[in-house]
Amino acid sequence: MSNLQSAALPEQPVSPAGLRGKLPSLSGRYLWPLLGLFCLLAINLVLTPEFFHIEFNDGRFYGSLIDVLNRSAPVALLAIGMTLVIATGGIDLSVGATMAIAGAVCANLVVSGVDSVFVLLVAGLVAGLVAGAVNGGLVSILGIQPIVATLILMVAGRGIAQLINAGQIVTFQHAGFAFLGTGDFLGLPFPVVLVLIVFAAVQLLMRKTALGLFVESVGCNAGASHYLGINARAVKMLVYCIAGLCAALAGMISAADIQGSDANNAGLWLELDAILAVVIGGASLMGGRFSLVLSLVGVLVIQCLSTTIIMSGLPPKFNLLIKALVVIFVLLLQSPRFQAQMAALFKRVKKQPGRAA
Amino acid sequence: MQSRYTTLTVTAGLFMLLFLAGSLQFDGFGSTRVFANLFSDNAFLAITAIGMTFVIISGGIDLSVGSVIALTGVACGLLIGQYGLHPLQVFPIVLIGGALFGAGMGALIHYYKLQPFIVTLAGMFLARGLATTLSEESVPIDHPFYDAVADFGIQLPGNAWVGASTLILLAVLVAAIVLAHFSRLGGYIYALGGNAQSAQLMGVPVARTTIAIYAISGFLSALGGIVYSFYTFSGYSLAAVGTELDAIAAVVIGGTLLTGGSGYVVGTLIGVLIMGVIQTYISFDGTLNSWWTKIVIGLLLFAFIALQKLLTGKRLLSANGTREFSHA
Amino acid sequence: MTLLSLSKVEKRYPGVKALDGVDFHLREGEVHALLGENGAGKSTLVKVMTGALDGDAGTMTYLGKPLKLKSTAHAQSVGISTVYQEVNLLSNLSVAQNLYLGREPKKFGLIDWKRIHRQSRAVLERFALDIDVTQPLSNYSVAVQQLVAIARGVDMSAKVLVLDEPTASLDAGEVEQLFGVLRELKSKGIGIVFITHFLDQVYSVSDRITVLRNGTLVGEFETAQLPRKALVGHMLGKELQEAAHRSGTREARAAGEALLEAADVSVQGSLQPTSLTVNRGEAVGLAGLLGSGRTEVCKAVFGVDKVSSGKLTFKGSERRFRQPADAIAAGLALCPEDRKTSGIVGPLSIRENIALALQARRGWWHPMSRAEQQRLAERFIEELQIATPDADKPIEQLSGGNQQKVILARWLATEPELLVLDEPTRGVDIGAHAEILKLIKKLCSQGMSLLVTSSELEELVAFSDRVAVMRDRRKVAEIEAGDISEDTIMRAIAEA
Repeated sequence: MSNLQSAALPEQPVSPAGLRGKLPSLSGRYLWPLLGLFCLLAINLVLTPEFFHIEFNDGRFYGSLIDVLNRSAPVALLAIGMTLVIATGGIDLSVGATMAIAGAVCANLVVSGVDSVFVLLVAGLVAGLVAGAVNGGLVSILGIQPIVATLILMVAGRGIAQLINAGQIVTFQHAGFAFLGTGDFLGLPFPVVLVLIVFAAVQLLMRKTALGLFVESVGCNAGASHYLGINARAVKMLVYCIAGLCAALAGMISAADIQGSDANNAGLWLELDAILAVVIGGASLMGGRFSLVLSLVGVLVIQCLSTTIIMSGLPPKFNLLIKALVVIFVLLLQSPRFQAQMAALFKRVKKQPGRAA
Repeated sequence: MQSRYTTLTVTAGLFMLLFLAGSLQFDGFGSTRVFANLFSDNAFLAITAIGMTFVIISGGIDLSVGSVIALTGVACGLLIGQYGLHPLQVFPIVLIGGALFGAGMGALIHYYKLQPFIVTLAGMFLARGLATTLSEESVPIDHPFYDAVADFGIQLPGNAWVGASTLILLAVLVAAIVLAHFSRLGGYIYALGGNAQSAQLMGVPVARTTIAIYAISGFLSALGGIVYSFYTFSGYSLAAVGTELDAIAAVVIGGTLLTGGSGYVVGTLIGVLIMGVIQTYISFDGTLNSWWTKIVIGLLLFAFIALQKLLTGKRLLSANGTREFSHA
Repeated sequence: MTLLSLSKVEKRYPGVKALDGVDFHLREGEVHALLGENGAGKSTLVKVMTGALDGDAGTMTYLGKPLKLKSTAHAQSVGISTVYQEVNLLSNLSVAQNLYLGREPKKFGLIDWKRIHRQSRAVLERFALDIDVTQPLSNYSVAVQQLVAIARGVDMSAKVLVLDEPTASLDAGEVEQLFGVLRELKSKGIGIVFITHFLDQVYSVSDRITVLRNGTLVGEFETAQLPRKALVGHMLGKELQEAAHRSGTREARAAGEALLEAADVSVQGSLQPTSLTVNRGEAVGLAGLLGSGRTEVCKAVFGVDKVSSGKLTFKGSERRFRQPADAIAAGLALCPEDRKTSGIVGPLSIRENIALALQARRGWWHPMSRAEQQRLAERFIEELQIATPDADKPIEQLSGGNQQKVILARWLATEPELLVLDEPTRGVDIGAHAEILKLIKKLCSQGMSLLVTSSELEELVAFSDRVAVMRDRRKVAEIEAGDISEDTIMRAIAEA
């Protein structure tokens, strides 16, 4: 728990001046997602204290929390790409299908005798890049609205993956490639390590170059960005390509995990989880400011929610229902009109006793 | 040239071409039986897609339809099987339920200015979640009424069979055409999709219309769910997964503009038939596999969206020289 | 007889008084022009008149009775119809549907299309329009669409017709067709409120004129008795006789070689062939009323609008800017007129807003460090006296004047060779107004080359070395340094 908390709250305010400076951003953006995650963790602590129990065995950590992290890895990868796409005011519905394609490409290469993990990785990533470039091209060059443009690949992508697999579930044995999904590194499951690496890489790319600023500028005000001399087309192309690459990675770890490629079910509905994670992280679907950290918090909220439901003894069938209610609640929280209504209601409730007296 | 019929003509032509190609290639393809089966096999999808047509014409989208079909099936199964109600008592309940579900989403979209796509996505989870909560197992429906429905129908020459689901589909089609072109609400729906701001200035009741649109879609999805249960004699919470995508694809292939404002209910029916013909073709062929359906539908989607882009692009050009509406 | 009259109308927005005790009277059977520059309060008055907006104070009398409008639909139902410049009808619907949307005649509960089409043809016949009413409106020209919109308004038993810039996108023949219709409607006793930027049209069709300026009523005039120059004077807030001669009798500075040369540059649909030169170290003013083509010149020069003919030369070589990025790379900068949609990036901080243009020019691979951005921001916050506690405040939370200063800072940071300012003082409070003006003068004295549009004559007089005057989307005059005065500019704007 402690490591999670400190990771999510990177800097503790040290001086009063620093505190004042940090507070607005903390209450505005970090508060709700973190509060949600914190509540879920607290519920788990009450329900099952062993939830936070972490053991170190055979050079690797074990425990429910580690499981949560491990299971959320594919969605986390998707969410990283999705965050950027949403920041430009777009959406990518095709990432689940892209996962299936990348998984199918790698599985078939393994079966056909390719042994080099490097070649497999490159092949999978190229598949993702092509998918991303197709989406990016439709959105930025042809000017098709993102939801429609990515719908095409969402529908056709699974067919392509099935075509590559010739309609079979392709299983394989390849210790090196399987490591992607089942191995461990520095005591952590490798998918978790991979998420950290991708997160760090994308974060560096966005925040240590000017790309992050351009992405936010295009998302906030595309018109003004044009006047400013920002090449919005290139920025959009880039974010869809990154989303495609992330999806390919997610597809590869999923395939490596089950040592097989199931074109029908690989990554099914995960694009929705990724979008929800970004929304729970507080990003606006209209585009603008983004935070990869908050999206990852959103991923953990979703995964913890599922775990909490299981831990609390509720049948897992409530999983979807509760997820839906959480999403509606988060959407309402972000709606200015709902906020105003709540504020008015709150005011009235506050006033009521005074009037009675 | 009447450009508004262009896509519709292309769609109808494409259907005839595909059907003709199949007929020339395979014995027994070009029969009334195969043609009639296109309707009966895809009736639930067509009914749902007709509801989706209104949503898309209004400039929205409804991702919840597949889940509503599943929820309806499960509800029917439970109400008939466990609570012993007659199907004719159950149907009004689930239809009203579907309409209310849609109306709720419409209200969220209008009053809280939320994007249709994310609201109906939540609706999709909600309906699927409700269905799962009601029953994780497939619920069998065993009722004499269902047997009667299965036997009901009209025999046509050529061993073709027009069953109850086809008849319901045709009734829905007529009702939808009347709604689209002979009622005020229909005009409002097109108006909203054309330009919501202008529509409001012209006195279109935007709130009422938005809610009605999603209620219609919910109602027709529930009806689609009932028809679906006629095929399966059961309700299952994981039924009809992905139907929303098929419905959207059918609407677009049917010539409805995804940006809203233009489209025809008949086009959507033809869109569904095209998807059906592709499937029939693949099953007749035997060497092709089912995934080709998805790829071909994806390509068709792309082709039609590109065609739309071309047509609207031209229209935009003709309206050029107009300036943005802005006031200090 | 007076149809509609508004008296002592007030409307306040946060920080601005959009209308301050304005009176307006519309008579039966007249065309009444409502004129004023940006921010005069025309649109606010029209919105109050048509139920789109609630006034804060004031009364409205309609057909002799007090009237309180609840909505635009309510206004329509009592006979006050509005035709907006753009968003008025639905181009995806047929002409007939547009005429009858929401009030379709029915037969057996179904819409009676035969009757609608018959009636539609009859209605349009009155407007001398012989078109296929079953076709989508988008198949017809903007002029026809305007006429259909007017027909809809009139057919809904309009007694008052408000036309908000109906001629903005019409050609001369179409304007004449529209005016024919207006004259006929007038003869039937309908009162027409006509808003436009084109003075020729005001004189050719209107009977009376009401002029607003800065939210207050300047006066109500008989068109026939108001000379054109006096009208321009009223609109710009300068009475001819009292117009100061030259505020600064400064000599023209020694102009350097030509920096920007536009030779017969035109933009399809928005700018007639226009020639203009800005020399190094020179401040050129662009005068003209709203809609005269000032903004269009700026946009064409900066690569926002595609130049359809003519030659643009910058620093001695011919240029074709396909997008603003090209112009920026060449050394231009533009402060756009519409700050909200084309200027500020609202949710981003002041620091980022200042750094953006420079960063975009440097490219993504050469990021400015946060410290560098901060230094830049702090320098300009200090230099331009931007009122903010720190550079991290989102720009959307600043006042209009401070936002404008941030945008100025953004472009000054790129150290442009030519700075184009489109209405730099529009919508800013008085304090910031003076400071921005001071800044422009300072830039002039530092030898920066400037192209500045403004509706404020005294501004133009104060800093321009030369003034180009625009009218009807073309340049109509150029006034050299020695002759620049409010009076000469006004004459050039008004001359027919």
